Amino acid sequence: MDVKDIIKPENRVYSKSPVLTSTIMHYCPGCSHGTVHKLIAEVIEEMGIQEETIGISPVGCAVFAYNYIDIDWQQAAHGRAPALATATKRLHPEKYVFTYQGDGDLASIGTAEIMHACNRGENIVVIFINNAIYGMTGGQMAPTTLIGMKTATSPYGRDPKLHGQPLKITNLIAQLDGTCYVTRQSVQTAAAARKTKRAIKKAFENSALGKGTSFVEVVSTCNSGWKLSPVKANEWMVENMFPEYPIGDLKDR
Amino acid sequence: MALRGAIVVDTEKCKGCSVCVVNCPTETIALSKEVNSKGYNYAFMASPESCTGCTNCATVCPDTCITVYRIKV
Amino acid sequence: MAEQILMKGNEAIAHAAIRCGCDGYFGYPITPQSEVMETLMDEQPWETTGMVVLQAESETSSINMLYGGASCGKKVMTSSSSPGLSLMCEGLSYLAGAELPCLVVNVVRGGPGLGTIQPGQGDYFQACKGGGHGDYKMIVLAPSSAQEMYDFVDLGFELAFKYRNPAMILADGVVGQMMEKVELRPMKPRWTNEEIIKKMPWATTGKTSDRKQNVITSLALDAAVHERLNHTLIEKYKKMEDEDVRFESIQCEDAEHVIVAYGCMSRICESTIEMARKEGIKLGLLRPITLFPFPTKEIDRMVPQLKSMMSVELSTGQMLEDVKLAVNGRLPVNFFGRLGGIVPSPEEVFEAFKKSINK
Repeated sequence: MDVKDIIKPENRVYSKSPVLTSTIMHYCPGCSHGTVHKLIAEVIEEMGIQEETIGISPVGCAVFAYNYIDIDWQQAAHGRAPALATATKRLHPEKYVFTYQGDGDLASIGTAEIMHACNRGENIVVIFINNAIYGMTGGQMAPTTLIGMKTATSPYGRDPKLHGQPLKITNLIAQLDGTCYVTRQSVQTAAAARKTKRAIKKAFENSALGKGTSFVEVVSTCNSGWKLSPVKANEWMVENMFPEYPIGDLKDR
Repeated sequence: MALRGAIVVDTEKCKGCSVCVVNCPTETIALSKEVNSKGYNYAFMASPESCTGCTNCATVCPDTCITVYRIKV
Repeated sequence: MAEQILMKGNEAIAHAAIRCGCDGYFGYPITPQSEVMETLMDEQPWETTGMVVLQAESETSSINMLYGGASCGKKVMTSSSSPGLSLMCEGLSYLAGAELPCLVVNVVRGGPGLGTIQPGQGDYFQACKGGGHGDYKMIVLAPSSAQEMYDFVDLGFELAFKYRNPAMILADGVVGQMMEKVELRPMKPRWTNEEIIKKMPWATTGKTSDRKQNVITSLALDAAVHERLNHTLIEKYKKMEDEDVRFESIQCEDAEHVIVAYGCMSRICESTIEMARKEGIKLGLLRPITLFPFPTKEIDRMVPQLKSMMSVELSTGQMLEDVKLAVNGRLPVNFFGRLGGIVPSPEEVFEAFKKSINK
């Protein structure tokens, strides 16, 4: 059988979601952001909530998320996305509101905003991309940077005496009574990506049920920042990030 | 009954990250020697006969540049 | 006769918010303005008009809640006092950059730093000259009575939406805390979501199939786009200066000397004017109601008939600079101010004025 006999519209089993725009992403080759964007778009498409969803983009590489997911967006000041989401959801209780934040945005400069939004149990979805580095600003140390990991601002490796310990913020978030679902996922394999998509879908469904805040951490790569090829970065993540940030649900009620 | 699949890569969008290559269970995909207008060696079906249309490559593709087709034979 | 109620200026802000169709208030307690949120929580407007009231974890958060609410085209406001406003400056810059309407009330206390909880006017520069980063301006309204605290809430929203720009009520601890009779204006309903979609087609109300996505952002990495954005803002501020300068002139028609004062100081200076008139000194009072846009043209118009002007403030000479700019060297411009929460008496101002013209 010839390939051209297979490539027919009726045989199509996977194609780009119409919720994704056709703009070529500015992310580096192999960047986890693109994969997570796609999963969010697919969830929005499957739930049929494109008209009801408002996204809040962060400061960091994902600042331009609005160029790729075709919904209404608000672009927040660094770390403040949960505050925007709080007001948006309270003023539009019928909408689906989610923030998309990196580790610097969520776990460093925006620590107060994320803790309190989660503690109030705002009916929002938080997508937290943890790649243990500041990507946009050029590979500086993040709150989640691993011990010994070299970055532009920890050139000799993260030393806990100098820089403190990696912040496991998702574990803290899981302690808050306002959160209903806290999970840590990844997207380096198809199986992992499918699980992450199910987690994102569950988070969106929770917000419609008014159960409280749903928090999905995606342990991710920054191959440019880590100075590894995309494939090697995924391997490094499994080997080094997963022991510190184990994959799985921290809370589901 | 077996599954036969095929992929179409949007070669202009592909950045040649290889994540699809390592995620392909049947070693169907490789990076081309040719480059696109950005200079990336894009992904292509190096051994089309082995594709089962499992969608793993498209699922992990960060740039959503793979469309997957599948038929039962 | 419309209903009149004795209340604090701060309480007037809260009642006005509920009655003028405000959709959301987000705040953080700080003296001397805590009565605003206390009154709102006590009134429970979410049970009546549907207005959202929320105590945020910080002023940083409350101003960003305004960014979220304003992005949805909703009428949102916050109130705070000086140190809280410093925390909000980041958010105000973003709101101005993203061209979002909102209302911020600053019941000013003495600074810098933690300063004092007593009244002050030392946030004039912060309010009128930016405060946050970048080239931006806010509409700044300066009430001098509890009634104006009430009325400027509705006016502030009107101007904020007219220009898609943050508006500020720059009050002071005296105006916030003093009790006066306040006439409650007729209730205005909140805008429905349908009205918002119609009036604010730019708002993030959910992307429907009949329009492109709406994105609220202050980011523009393309140099030409960014310069154009700044020019749009400049044109807007120019329009404010052309159309929305507000002031009150008291006995300025025949005046030879004019005091410029706003907020609580204008109330005190009204008595100073009376004293001067009794002594045969032709003294008038110009009270800027909008501090930005400043009544520069009115001062310019007055200059030929005057011998001197004097800026009287609870700060070290901040509005003084705008008066000097308007006078442009054509007259002596004098200054009198007290600090630390010390509010001068009319007599003290009069003595300072006489000294200034006899030196």
